[in-house]
Amino acid sequence: MLANIQKLLAKYGMNFVNGLGTTLTLALISVAIGCIIGAVVAIMRLSKSKLLGAVATVYTEIVRDTPLLLQLYFFYFLLPDLLPALKLSKFTCIAVALIFNSGAYMSEVFRSGIQSIDRGQTEAARSLGLSASQTMIRIILPQAFKNVLPAMCNEFVAITKETSLASTFYVGDLMTQYQTISGKTYMVIEPLIIIGVIYFVVTFTMSKLIAVLERRLKTDD
Amino acid sequence: MTEQFDYKSAPDLIRVEDLHKDFGPLKVLSGITETIHRGEVVSLIGPSGSGKSTFLRCLNRLEEPTSGHIWFDGVDIADKSVNIDKHRQKMGMVFQHFNIFPHMSVIDNITLAPVLLGKQTKDEAVAKAEALLARVGLSDKRDNKPSRLSGGQKQRLAIVRALAMEPEVMLFDEPTSALDPEMVGEVLEVIKGLARNKMTCVIVTHEMGFAREVCNRVLFMDGGVICEQGAPSDLFDHPQNPRTQDFLSKVL
Repeated sequence: MLANIQKLLAKYGMNFVNGLGTTLTLALISVAIGCIIGAVVAIMRLSKSKLLGAVATVYTEIVRDTPLLLQLYFFYFLLPDLLPALKLSKFTCIAVALIFNSGAYMSEVFRSGIQSIDRGQTEAARSLGLSASQTMIRIILPQAFKNVLPAMCNEFVAITKETSLASTFYVGDLMTQYQTISGKTYMVIEPLIIIGVIYFVVTFTMSKLIAVLERRLKTDD
Repeated sequence: MTEQFDYKSAPDLIRVEDLHKDFGPLKVLSGITETIHRGEVVSLIGPSGSGKSTFLRCLNRLEEPTSGHIWFDGVDIADKSVNIDKHRQKMGMVFQHFNIFPHMSVIDNITLAPVLLGKQTKDEAVAKAEALLARVGLSDKRDNKPSRLSGGQKQRLAIVRALAMEPEVMLFDEPTSALDPEMVGEVLEVIKGLARNKMTCVIVTHEMGFAREVCNRVLFMDGGVICEQGAPSDLFDHPQNPRTQDFLSKVL
């Protein structure tokens, strides 16, 4: 088996590297854009407007209460039909689905982050004459962002693993490489072990880095 | 240092008319009519739950009044259609728990509002902030993060943060209640300095000695109304209202 693994690494090494690249790219895009959507949706949920709050709630509940794989299918088939002129690639459709998904989870992270900021911060800012949105942007969000940074990184780790579902559509992520290689070589366990080790090393390292970051942020206060 | 302050002849700064505030079924303010004059230093005293903090917080509408009028600069700022942000720029507020912005340096805490709201350029704001910091003995903390400050230093910073907007009135909500005893003095000194410079101040306080020494007028509140008011010497030494007498007998 070890010999087989060595052979696979020698022959398909670049496939694994490219797969990891695609996986991390997908995860990074979903979390980065999901983060912006999350902040907006969290503010909508906390806003006084009933309509905005309802829209935000419906969105987060739909995402949280349906399987990610279903959401991937949905966008994969829906988007090209909806916007044929754009000639969206598979990758884009999958990325949009992942962003849609991560935005909802991020909004929950942000909501708790915003709510964890003392009301006195808002009162102090408003008493100086800052508007509600200036207060949100300059006072609340920067502090909330710092509070939720570890949770955001955890979301990144989770998404990194969840992108494996995207391999259903052969988007070139790490799991897709497994399918490709195993199809070519008829080996199952060996490529699985290789990508398993890659997933593990990457997420384990990230988790450890998050722990360090968390400690740093605490002492920073 | 209480000088005779002829507040009746000083121009009105804030005129409150029949102010009511309910929290659900609870009536916290039951019709307050009162005038704060320019240059006056007024303290609000009374038992806890008497509505004094709520009254103060209604003045800049951190609490929305249920009904009534608050005339400030000739505008009824209790009117919900008024852009309250504009008027709040002229009403500084200092809180019991300081509410310093922890993610900004000391100097940025002070310059944020004047620059963001277009009142001063960045350079002007920094120069002014430095002068203010010097005035309250915090020059060496200029670039520190607020977490490195003591409670007394934080409150002094909170005061100059409000002053940087060049307000017409300063509202203090129990500014020394959250401080360790040894830090109360340094904060009261700063407020005294403001009083000497004829800054209009409204102060909710439990520091009776301070109220007597610094204020031109003391308002005693109980049950959501102003029961009695007068010069500190009159109110503290010859209270007329039985509720004032009862309260003072407990705290003095």
